[in-house]
Amino acid sequence: MKKELLLGAEAIALGALDGGISGVYAYPGTPSTEITEYIQKNSHQRKEPVRSAWSANEKTAYEAALGMSYAGKRSLVCMKHVGLNVAADAFINSAITGVNGGLVVAVADDPSMHSSQNEQDSRVYGKFAMLPVLEPASQQELYDATREAFDLSESFRLPVLLRLTTRLAHSRAGVEEREVRPQNRLNAIHAPERFVLMPHNARRQYNHLLGMQNKLEAYSEQSWLNRLIPGTGSTGVLAFGIAFNYVMEVRQAYGMEFPVLKTGCYPMPRKAIEDLFSRCETVLVAEEGYPVCEELLRGYFGGRNIRGRLDGTLSRAGELNTDSVAKALGIAPKKLVPVPEIVANRPPALCKGCGHRDLYEALNTVMSTCSERHVFSDIGCYTLGALPPFNSISTCVDMGASITMAKGAADAGLRPAVAVIGDSTFTHSGMTGLLDAVNDQAPITVIIADNDTTAMTGGQNSSATGSKLHAICRGIGVDEQHIRTIIPLKSRLEENIAILREEIAWDGVSVVLAYRECIEAAARKKRNRKGTP
Amino acid sequence: MQINIILAGVGGQGILSIAAVIDHAALQGGLTVRQAEVHGMSQRGGAVQSHLRISDTEIYSDLIAGGTADLILSVEPLEALRYLPWLAPHGRVVTATEPFVNMAAYPAMDEILAELDRTNRPVLINAAELARQTGNTRVSNMVMLGAASPFIGIASEEIESSIERLFQAKGADIVAMNIRAFRKGEEVSQTQA
Repeated sequence: MKKELLLGAEAIALGALDGGISGVYAYPGTPSTEITEYIQKNSHQRKEPVRSAWSANEKTAYEAALGMSYAGKRSLVCMKHVGLNVAADAFINSAITGVNGGLVVAVADDPSMHSSQNEQDSRVYGKFAMLPVLEPASQQELYDATREAFDLSESFRLPVLLRLTTRLAHSRAGVEEREVRPQNRLNAIHAPERFVLMPHNARRQYNHLLGMQNKLEAYSEQSWLNRLIPGTGSTGVLAFGIAFNYVMEVRQAYGMEFPVLKTGCYPMPRKAIEDLFSRCETVLVAEEGYPVCEELLRGYFGGRNIRGRLDGTLSRAGELNTDSVAKALGIAPKKLVPVPEIVANRPPALCKGCGHRDLYEALNTVMSTCSERHVFSDIGCYTLGALPPFNSISTCVDMGASITMAKGAADAGLRPAVAVIGDSTFTHSGMTGLLDAVNDQAPITVIIADNDTTAMTGGQNSSATGSKLHAICRGIGVDEQHIRTIIPLKSRLEENIAILREEIAWDGVSVVLAYRECIEAAARKKRNRKGTP
Repeated sequence: MQINIILAGVGGQGILSIAAVIDHAALQGGLTVRQAEVHGMSQRGGAVQSHLRISDTEIYSDLIAGGTADLILSVEPLEALRYLPWLAPHGRVVTATEPFVNMAAYPAMDEILAELDRTNRPVLINAAELARQTGNTRVSNMVMLGAASPFIGIASEEIESSIERLFQAKGADIVAMNIRAFRKGEEVSQTQA
């Protein structure tokens, strides 16, 4: 059969489409964005419609996916690892309610933090919620596992977490497509005993979830995602998810013959692991992300025969690669050509002609005259204002934190307290913080850098821009006179400085809407109008 | 047969279109492909790279191990140097010579050329100029692909038919222009190889 060249993220998307989803729900986030984008681009050719527009944030996405499942249909919800923090309330509690139609949550972790603020491991959330977790090792496995995850979800009546990491999400390989399954029919179940999580129901449901754990482990024991590569010698390797690929690369490149247990299912397949440990004197535990399983296997006191991230055999932080795994298996490091000294870093930067540049130029001018120069910022392209030549912002922590941190600092007496947040980040998690500020009459100035798109992740539609943002701020209760609009252009620099100065000086909540379309998005639109990609 | 290629450039320079052509040519020829790329933050004018692996057997890792790349194909000269630790002793560097200067500490061009000269018979291509000669600077990527084609392990005809397939939606003129650029690069590269 013909193979299609797909990113790992796209393999999930195709698996979900072929697996009969009726909807995908997501907020963009690297490295998960391409799952939803693929469905948006390819679902219209399908016989049955698939709902795929972006959600305001990961929590709204997750809850909508749960609602679609409640109504009997299959739904996919996708996010990056930190997005699961936002959706965690819904995620953990959906393990208590269980599902009706299959519900798969695809979470892309970003070890080594290529495009993220931490490298948290979503498998910890899987264990926390006591849900089955699948961690495929290749693009084909992602495709097949996604399809199977929906069946699994329906047979266990639980959400299934599909975990992948950056390298697999953003690497292409040929994927063989299998037959297309029809979507489920509408079949809403009235089951308040499961879905009304008052304590008496929640206790029973929680006990049910506890009772399911043995069944989940039994499923893991027989899953095709696990397999033993037989071998010889006293050292064996227990390789989870993508770690398997690096282990096998080393085994092949150096002609080694150690046994490898490939594992892609959690809870861990106990019998297979016991078997490996009984055959080997030492076992290297290779996992991408946190030493989640290594910690479990070592226990509190034991684990003298275990090697991994916790004893320094592998680095505790960062993603794995063939070279780090080779070193862990006792291969002496190769002598490599060094990077010549003249090669300086080339960090990312705001595009030439980007409106954020003009915004920061104006803001820097205003802040330079203040005795306290703190700008609380947020997550998006404008975060690049932290780098030279701007050095404009003091913080970037999590989605929406600019407004609330500015408010807290203002509460402590800091003047001025300025926040810079993008349009999409504002609708993701900034609106509620602005309501807190209004209710408290906190003297903060919120600059919404509205470029009409979710730019950093590649230009996805934003939930609110332009006049809609104005109406939201008005509705939240910001004084009309203190909702100002500027257009960050060189030619308007003086005017913009004056407006920012006035609002920053004002002792109350003010919002400055800095509106200018992302130049990349504008160029894309122009190309699309011309019909050339 | 196994070929490991590092594609290098600056975010926005379009190394992924080069990768797509090679990927499809390899897949069409029944080979196995793995191609890891960079999305997200560093795309904004930062250093970007793609690991492209082609084999007639199974490929496990999406990433190329240190010292095992057969080819560094770079569309920017400084970026070619950034990935030298991946280059195998027999590996070749094929790079465009036009600098993309969007950083303060960009070194002098003669220093970059001196470092490139230390590699095993580097192929230096004035890609933008050659692209201009074929009609459009926007096809300089295809010039670079042509320049690298002797080292990719896939026949030129197969790469050309991949270019044709990938660009056919844009019309016959665009296909022809890209093929011209590819051939130009190939021709100039052979004089240096």
